[in-house]
Amino acid sequence: MQSASSSSAGAPAWWYDRTARALALQAALLLVVVAASIFFFSNVQTNMAARGLTLGFGFLDRSAGIPIGESLIPYTPSNSYARALLVGLLNTLRVAIVGCLLVTLLGVFLGILRLSENPLLSGLVGAYIEIVRNTPVVLQLVFWLVVFQQLPSVREALNPLPGIYLSQRGLKIPVFEWNQAAAFALIGLAAAIAAIVWTVRRARAHQMQTGEYRRVWPICLGYLVLLPMAAAHLTGDRLILSVPELQGFNFAGGAELSPEFAALLTGLVIYTAAFVAEIVRSGIQSVGKGQWEASRALGLSNGRIMRLVILPQALRVIVPPLTSQYLNLTKNSSLAIVIGYQDLFSVSNTSINQTGQAIEVIFIMMTVYLVLSLLTAAGMNVYNSRVALKER
Amino acid sequence: MADLAAPISAPRAASATWRSVANGLRLRYFGTPLNAAITLVCLYALYKILPPILGWAVFDAHWTGTAAQCREARGGACWAFIDEKFWFAVFGLYPYELRWRPATMLSLFAAMVGLSLFRRLWSKNLIYAWLAASALMFVLMDGTFFGIEIFGTHVPTRLWGGLTVTVFIAVFGLATGYPLAILLALGRRSHMPVVKWFCVAVIECVRGVPLVTIIFMAAIMLPLFLPSGMTIDRLFRIQFAYTIFSAAYLAEVVRGGLQGLGRGQYEAAESLGLNYAQKMRLVVLPQALKMTIPAQVNTFIGLFKDTTLVVIVGIFDFFTTLRAALGDPNWMGFPNEAYVFAALTYFILCFGMSKYSQRLERDLSPETRR
Repeated sequence: MQSASSSSAGAPAWWYDRTARALALQAALLLVVVAASIFFFSNVQTNMAARGLTLGFGFLDRSAGIPIGESLIPYTPSNSYARALLVGLLNTLRVAIVGCLLVTLLGVFLGILRLSENPLLSGLVGAYIEIVRNTPVVLQLVFWLVVFQQLPSVREALNPLPGIYLSQRGLKIPVFEWNQAAAFALIGLAAAIAAIVWTVRRARAHQMQTGEYRRVWPICLGYLVLLPMAAAHLTGDRLILSVPELQGFNFAGGAELSPEFAALLTGLVIYTAAFVAEIVRSGIQSVGKGQWEASRALGLSNGRIMRLVILPQALRVIVPPLTSQYLNLTKNSSLAIVIGYQDLFSVSNTSINQTGQAIEVIFIMMTVYLVLSLLTAAGMNVYNSRVALKER
Repeated sequence: MADLAAPISAPRAASATWRSVANGLRLRYFGTPLNAAITLVCLYALYKILPPILGWAVFDAHWTGTAAQCREARGGACWAFIDEKFWFAVFGLYPYELRWRPATMLSLFAAMVGLSLFRRLWSKNLIYAWLAASALMFVLMDGTFFGIEIFGTHVPTRLWGGLTVTVFIAVFGLATGYPLAILLALGRRSHMPVVKWFCVAVIECVRGVPLVTIIFMAAIMLPLFLPSGMTIDRLFRIQFAYTIFSAAYLAEVVRGGLQGLGRGQYEAAESLGLNYAQKMRLVVLPQALKMTIPAQVNTFIGLFKDTTLVVIVGIFDFFTTLRAALGDPNWMGFPNEAYVFAALTYFILCFGMSKYSQRLERDLSPETRR
C-alpha cells in the first residue's frame, strides 16, 4: 500500500537521486573553477596593461643582465633570460643530485650507527638527529654560511687532505682536466658499469641454477679500474689531474665550490640526513627478530645477514618515505636565496624584479619544480615496485 | 642454617650486584675491541666538542651589561644582547604602549596549548574554544573587528613582528587549513571524477613545489589576479599561501587515516541508513582523525618550522626580527648569540611537540590501548 501511495504522489524530486546530485555538484564545481579562471585572467590583463606590460613569453629572448657567479654552462650577463633561468635550473639540479647522493650515504650510515649496541655512540647520533630535526632549515643554512665565511683566508687555507683546500673562498678540489682522454675515460667508465651489471646478473643466474656462489667483486673492481684507463690510453692525450695550488693571493688549478654552494649543500645534507637516518633505523627495526635468528641459524655472517636478509626487507619500508625526503631536499634547495646561491628560485626572483613578468616567471618556475618532483617520484616508484613485497 | 648464612651472604650479594653492574657496563662499552674503539672515539669527540661549547655558552658568557663590556671581555657569548633584544624579538615593532595586546594574545595561545595537552579535555568543545580563541587573537592583534575599535587603536600588520607573527601565522594556518584539509582528503576519495581530480590536482601541485614559491606567488602574483583597486594585506596573502600549503600536507595525513579505516566501518554506517555527511561526521572522521593524531603532530612540527620561510618576502617573524636586531649599531657583531638563541627557542618548542607526539603514539596505539 505504501509503495502505491508514494508512486501516486509522483516521482521523487531529482535531488533525491544520487547520480543526478553527483552530476549537479560536479557541474557546479567545474563552473566555479572556469568562472574563477576567466575572472582572474581578465583581471590579470587589465592589471598588466595598467603597468604597461603584456602577458607573454617574449621577454625570455631579451638580454637578462643578471650576473651569475657560478654556472655549469657558459654564461655571460648579456645572455637571454631563458639561458639565465636554465643556468639557475642547472644550479638547482647540481645541489639536488649531489645532495640526494650524499644524503643517502650519510643517512644510511647514521641510521645504522643509531642502532649501535654502544649506548654512547647511539646516544650521540640520537642527539644529532634531535637537534637537527627540531630546528628550522633556514636557520641551519644561515648558520653554515656563517661557518664557511669564518674560515681562514686563502693564504691560511685549511688543508685537511692533500689537494683539498678550505678557505673563505670556498672549497678547492682536484679534478681531471677536460680533454679527449677524460671524455674517453668517461665512456670507459660507462662501459665498466655495464660490464659489472652483466657480470653480476650472470653470476646470480648461475647461482640460481646450480647453487654455486661466484665471487665477482675482484672482476668488477678490475673492470672499474682498467676499462677507463684503457679507454683514455686509446687517445693520444693523457689524463691530467689538476691539483689546486696556492699562487699569490688565489688558487690555480682544480675546481672550486663557492662558500654559498658549500653552505647550501652542507646544510641540506646535514638536515635531510637526520630524517633519512630515522627512516633507515625504523626500516631495519621493522624486520622481525626471527629473521636475524633464522639467518644466524643458517650460519650467515653479520654482514651478509644485513645485506642478504635484513636490508632487502627493510627497503620496502624505507623507500616510500625516502622518496619524500629526496623531494624535500630538492624543494628546500630553493632556500638558496637566503644565503645567496643562485639557483632557479633566486634567478627567477631577479628576473621578476627586472621585467615585472611575475606570472610567466612564476609559472615557469613552478612547472619546473613540479616536473622535477614528478620525475623523482616516478623514478623512485619504479625502484619501489622492484623492492616491494612480491606476493605469488 | 639460614641464620648462619645471612651475615655472610648479604655483603657478598651486594658486591655481586655491583660487580654485575660493572661487568654489564664493561661489556656494553668495552665488550669487544671494536666496541672499545668506538667508546674511545666517542669520548674523544665529546672531549673535543663539549668543553668549548659549554665554555662559550655558559662559563665565559656575559649575562648582563652593555655591548662595550661584552667586547672588552672577549671570549664568551654575550647573552646581554639577547637580554636587551628579547622583547623586541617577541613583539617586533608593535607600538610599545599597546604591547599588552600581543602579550595577552601569546598568553591566550599558551593557555589553549596547555589545555589541549590534556587528553581528558579533547572534545568538540575544545575545537570550538580554539576557533573562539583564534578570533579573539586576531582582534587583539588588530585592535578592531570589522572596523569597530574594540581594544583601542588599529595596528596595521606592517608593525606586527617577532614571535607574535610566528604564532599568528602558525595558528591561523592550522585553524583554517585543518577544515580545508579534511575537505580535500574527502574529495580525493570521492567517487565523483571532477571533484576527485580537482582535489588531487590541488594537493599534488601544492606538495610538488617548494613553499617559498607559493609564498612568493601570494606576495607577488595574487595582487595581479584581483580587480584593480582591491588589495589584500600582505600578511594575509602570505597567511593564505601558508594555509593552502598546510591544508595540502594535512590532507594527505587525513587521507591515510581514511584509508586505514576498515571497510566494515563504512558499510556499517551505511547499513544504519546514515547519509554521506552523517556517515563521515559521526563514524568515519572521528576514528580517522584520532588514528592519525601522531602523524598530524609531526606535520604541525614541520609546518611550524616552515613559518621561518616568510623571511623571503620580508615579513618579520621571530627569526627575521632577531636578525633585524643584529643591525642595531649599538649591538653590532653578535650574530652567533642571535642564531643560537633562535635555534634554542625553535628546538624547545619542536622537541616538546615531538616528545608529546611520541607519547600520544604510545598511548593511542592498539597494543597499549585498553
